[in-house]
Amino acid sequence: MSEPSIELKGSLFPLSVLYCQDFSVATLRQELSNKLAQAPGFFTQAPVVISVENCTQTPDFAAIKQLFIELQLVLVGVCGADATIKKAAHAAGLAALQPPKAGKTTEPAKPAAPAAPTAPAAPTVISADNKTIDGNIRSGQQIYVKGADLIIRGTVGAGAEVIADGNIHIYGALRGKAIAGAGGDASKKIYCYNMQPELISIAGNYWLSDTLQGDYWGKPVCIGLQDGQLMLADLF
Amino acid sequence: MAKIIVVTSGKGGVGKTTTSAAIGTGLALKGHKTVIVDFDIGLRNLDLIMGCERRVVFDFVNVINGEANLKQALIKDKRLENLFILPASQTRDKDALHKEGVERVLNELSDEFDFIICDSPAGIESGAMMALYFADEAIVVTNPEVSSVRDSDRILGMLSSKSRRAEQGLPGIKEHLLLTRYNPERVQKGEMLSVDDVNDILAIKLLGVIPESQAVLNASNSGQPVILDADSDAGQAYLDTVSRLLGEDVAFRFLNVEKKGLLKRIFGG
Repeated sequence: MSEPSIELKGSLFPLSVLYCQDFSVATLRQELSNKLAQAPGFFTQAPVVISVENCTQTPDFAAIKQLFIELQLVLVGVCGADATIKKAAHAAGLAALQPPKAGKTTEPAKPAAPAAPTAPAAPTVISADNKTIDGNIRSGQQIYVKGADLIIRGTVGAGAEVIADGNIHIYGALRGKAIAGAGGDASKKIYCYNMQPELISIAGNYWLSDTLQGDYWGKPVCIGLQDGQLMLADLF
Repeated sequence: MAKIIVVTSGKGGVGKTTTSAAIGTGLALKGHKTVIVDFDIGLRNLDLIMGCERRVVFDFVNVINGEANLKQALIKDKRLENLFILPASQTRDKDALHKEGVERVLNELSDEFDFIICDSPAGIESGAMMALYFADEAIVVTNPEVSSVRDSDRILGMLSSKSRRAEQGLPGIKEHLLLTRYNPERVQKGEMLSVDDVNDILAIKLLGVIPESQAVLNASNSGQPVILDADSDAGQAYLDTVSRLLGEDVAFRFLNVEKKGLLKRIFGG
C-alpha cells in the first residue's frame, strides 16, 4: 500500500485585514509606517489581507506588494474584490478571498471617511495596549483583548469568560473561564490570586475544573504551558 | 426628583415582589412618598401582596399607551397616606413595555414622589431590562443557594453594562445585596450558603438579611406587606433594611441560631 505523500486540508488562520480609503502607494506607505511604528516588531512578517471593498479603481497591486516587502509584511491576498480587481490581483500573484463574515468591522470606516479621508479606516491593525479592568467580571460577561494582556483588578465570576491573546492577570478570584494565548502563543500565562475556575486554557490546551481540584484549588497560582502540557505553580 | 430603586434578582421565586412591597411600605412608614411599580407584565402579583387586587382598574400598560392617565391608574394604599401602587397589566406581555413609554411614566412619577420602587420580573429579557434601565439604585434579592447567587451575579453584570447610567457614562447604579429566606440553622449544618459565602462571591454591600419565616407566607396570603407585622422576625429585618437604605447604621440581626431558653427547651418552642 502506498500512502499519498501530500495532503490538502482546509484550515482557518487568523489574518489581519487592512481597511483603507486611499489605495495610493504613497499614502499607504505613510499610514502603514506610522501604524507599525506604534508597535515595532509586532507585525514583522505578519500575513495581511487588503480589503478592496471601498475601492473605486483598480489599485497597483505590484507596487503595493513591493511596499509590503519593504515594510516586512506579507501580503497574502485581497478580499471583497469585484471581477476586474480580482483579475488584477490574480495577475499580481495574490489570492482573492471571501470578505470576513463579521462584516461589522468594515461599517465604522464608511461614515468616518468624509470627515477625514486620509485617516486610516477601521483599526484592524492591532495595538499592543493592555487592557485593565477595575472591578468584577460578572456571570455572563465576556471580555476579549486582542493582541495584548488583560489585567483584572477584581473577581471573575462563575459563568464569565476572560480571553486574551496575551497573558491574563486576575487580582481576585477566578471562578469563570480564562483563556490566555488565544492567538496560539504558547508562552502566555494566567496569573490569579484565587484559582477556582470552570476552565483554563493556554494556546488551545485546556483543563476543566475537575482536573484542577487539588492542592492549588483556591490558592494564588500561575498557570503556564510546558512541552504542550499545562503546568500549575505557586504564584509566590 | 425621585430616587428610582429596582428590586431585581435574575432568578424567580426569591422574594422580589415581597421585598418590593415591604420596602415600599417601609419607606412610606418613614414618611417618604413612595410608589411601587409592577413591571411583571402578564404575571401581576404585587396587587395581591399589597392587598389591593380588587381596586385595579387601569394599569401601567394603559398609561404607557395613553389609554389612561397616571392619576387613574395609581392605587392609593388604604393603610398608609403616602403609598401608591402602579399595577401591571395581566392581559398583556413584556413586549408591551418600551423605553420611551417607561421613561415618560417614570418622569411623570418622579415629579410627585420621593421613591419609585420598580418590581422587576424574573429573567434577563426585555421586561427585566426595562425595570432596571432607569434605576439609580438596585436591590439584588438573593437566596443563599448557588443558582440564585449565580443569577444575581449575572444581573449585576447587566446593571453595570445595560442600564441608562452605564450607557450614558454616568456614575454607576448603587448596588445593594438583600439575602432572603436565610436560615441560620441550616447554614450552621452546612446546608445553606452563609452571608460571608455570598458576600465573597458577589462582593457588593449587604443591605439586609431576611430570615426564612412563616410570617412572609401569612403576609402574602392576607395581602399585608410583611413589614407591617412588626412582631415577626422578617418584619423587623425589613424595617432594619429600610433604615439602612435611608443611610442609617443598623446592626444586622437574625444571623445566628437563636439560643433556646430553659423554658423553651422544656416546653418546646
